[in-house]
Amino acid sequence: MARPTLKEHVINREWCKGCGICVYFCPRDVLELDGDDKVVAVRPKDCICCMMCEQRCPDLAIEVITERKEDG
Amino acid sequence: MAVKDYIRERFFPHMWCAGCGHGTVLNGMLQAIEALGLSKNEIVMVSGIGCSSRISGYVDFHTLHTIHGRALAFATGVKMSLPKLNVIVPMGDGDALSIGGNHFIHAARRNLDMTALVMNNRIYGMTGGQFSPLSGLGVIATTAPYSNIDHDFDVVEMATAAGATFVARTTSYHVRQIKEIIKKAILHKGFSVVEILSQCPTYFGRKNKLGSAVDMMAAMKENTTPIGSKAKKENPDLIERGIFVQKDLPVYNEEYDKIIKRAQAAGK
Amino acid sequence: MQDNVRFIQGNEACMEGALYAGLNFFAGYPITPSSEIAENLSFRLPRLGGKFIQMEDEIASICAIIGASLTGSKAMTATSGPGFSLMQEGLGYAVMAEIPCVIVNVMRGGPSTGLPTSGGQGDVMQARWGTHGDHSIIAVTASNHQDVFKMTVEAFNLAETYRTPVILLLDETIGHMRERLEIPEPGEIQVVQRLRTSVQGGVDYHPYLPREDGRLPMSDFGGVHRYNVTGLYHDMWGFPTSSPEIVHGLIRHLVDKIENNVGDIVRYKEFYLDDADTILISYGSAARSARHVVKSLRARNIRLGMIELQTLWPFPYDMIREKCKNADHIVVVEMNIGQVVRMVKRAVDAPDRVVLANRIDGRFISDKDIKGILRVIQGKGV
Repeated sequence: MARPTLKEHVINREWCKGCGICVYFCPRDVLELDGDDKVVAVRPKDCICCMMCEQRCPDLAIEVITERKEDG
Repeated sequence: MAVKDYIRERFFPHMWCAGCGHGTVLNGMLQAIEALGLSKNEIVMVSGIGCSSRISGYVDFHTLHTIHGRALAFATGVKMSLPKLNVIVPMGDGDALSIGGNHFIHAARRNLDMTALVMNNRIYGMTGGQFSPLSGLGVIATTAPYSNIDHDFDVVEMATAAGATFVARTTSYHVRQIKEIIKKAILHKGFSVVEILSQCPTYFGRKNKLGSAVDMMAAMKENTTPIGSKAKKENPDLIERGIFVQKDLPVYNEEYDKIIKRAQAAGK
Repeated sequence: MQDNVRFIQGNEACMEGALYAGLNFFAGYPITPSSEIAENLSFRLPRLGGKFIQMEDEIASICAIIGASLTGSKAMTATSGPGFSLMQEGLGYAVMAEIPCVIVNVMRGGPSTGLPTSGGQGDVMQARWGTHGDHSIIAVTASNHQDVFKMTVEAFNLAETYRTPVILLLDETIGHMRERLEIPEPGEIQVVQRLRTSVQGGVDYHPYLPREDGRLPMSDFGGVHRYNVTGLYHDMWGFPTSSPEIVHGLIRHLVDKIENNVGDIVRYKEFYLDDADTILISYGSAARSARHVVKSLRARNIRLGMIELQTLWPFPYDMIREKCKNADHIVVVEMNIGQVVRMVKRAVDAPDRVVLANRIDGRFISDKDIKGILRVIQGKGV
């Protein structure tokens, strides 16, 4: 059974306005705003690839890139 | 295709404020269009005037940015003239239901096959935070400094009464529901109305001390519930989300094709 | 041959002209005295595969024809004074976004609800300046059914040539009067088709970049070019801008494309001007009475001439100045409190020689009304 796993969070810092929606609603606290009020993935290992940050981002500034790895 | 394939990237970052719910509506709508695999050349997006209406500039479709309140009237001409086009009409609450209220009810009644999105943030954002017909009693706005005494109305009930054959509501918090509902609305044959509650942290939120965009979205999660839920029975103040109306009635542009056949048969 | 002869109302003549010009989309709202145009088109358009829609009001009607035009249709609406007031917003949009369409205003007595079933010509200035902001406009008119037909075709041709809304100013008398119309054979009057871009899909197309000849080829919505249309000031792709250079360039373009082509746009008729010492200037139904006066007084060797304006906007200043330079008196005959007369005074070298013969009580201006003014001018008393 193939399951998507995280490759990386691609964050467009030019487009991010630092509203914090992705940070607050992330179920695993993967994201934080940095000193410039731009989002960064500080705990990528905790990401469960629910994609909610990407889908909810009002600025289309996050992409969650996944890859499929065979279990076991 | 990815969502980004449907936008005009050169205009990003967009002009909406940080945390504006309209960006999430754009995001969810594009996910729906991507999932349906629609071609960009077959979509016409018609918008009016206001913050919401700027959405048409950001998408790589045939885009018609019109006059305040009149988007549905322009869209009617587009759809009637060339029915094969997929016509999507995003509007703001003041745009759709105050200045555009007459066009809204008659478009619903006529049942042309197109999709109307009401991006309801309960305020006139572009002009600086005046109350809208959906602000509701007690709201503070730049034209209601002592609190609003203007009653609001319910978009869903209004659209239903006017005869829309697909009526739904969701919120900018529920982005997956935005995608699913807009998909169904586009596929629906007839006039579809989708109300999407959207936060305006800059004016509505700040004037009414509702906190940040995050706080306003969290409130949408708390204050809404699926249609007919147990929670609704226990707390009637909850706002229902989901599809309220989905029915088949004769579609105007298809009926007109029959008129053409009838007229041509009589003319022979 | 006789199949082409009709005895019909002016509103029907307008409809026949529109169909001849290729009209295939009409949106409108009932209003006296224009409703026969909508009624007849609801019958005729579907037979030809065209579309008719009755909208919720006149605002929606003009918006719908603009939307239809963008998909490639030849589109028209028809209304009267109160409806024309409501259409001013959409008219300005069509000017700014450069959308070809035709707006028929069958004028009645105003202001407000005024005299719904009486003639009037009080909307001439509204046609020019009714929508807000600087702009130019084309407005045409006609005084008999053959000309109503011809000028309706002309209105469509001008709309396509200059990518602009064109106003056809008829009036109640013309609209409701019945007379003979001989419908020209196809090809007898030239019909200007939509100029579409030859730019292929995938190649950058500029919907708002004029060619060297000033024309702007269009691309239908639904076609291979996706662009933006807006009522905001916009760049050559149609996207909003407030760049002072682009704003300046666009407003100049919108005005100049019409004002620099007055010679090509203007249509008029002239009668007995060669030796005329007094010239009547008139248009629309009022020109019928003026023409009658000229004919009957010429029979008594009175040196009376006449100019019938068929283009009201852009105003033919140069033509009027030239034709009137040797006239002792110029009498403008119109059914309003004095609208075209102001323009004529502005055009001629000696404005004090220009007088008005009008009627503003809802009654049709008669030869007696005009002759009364002529007697005063000639010093023969009232």
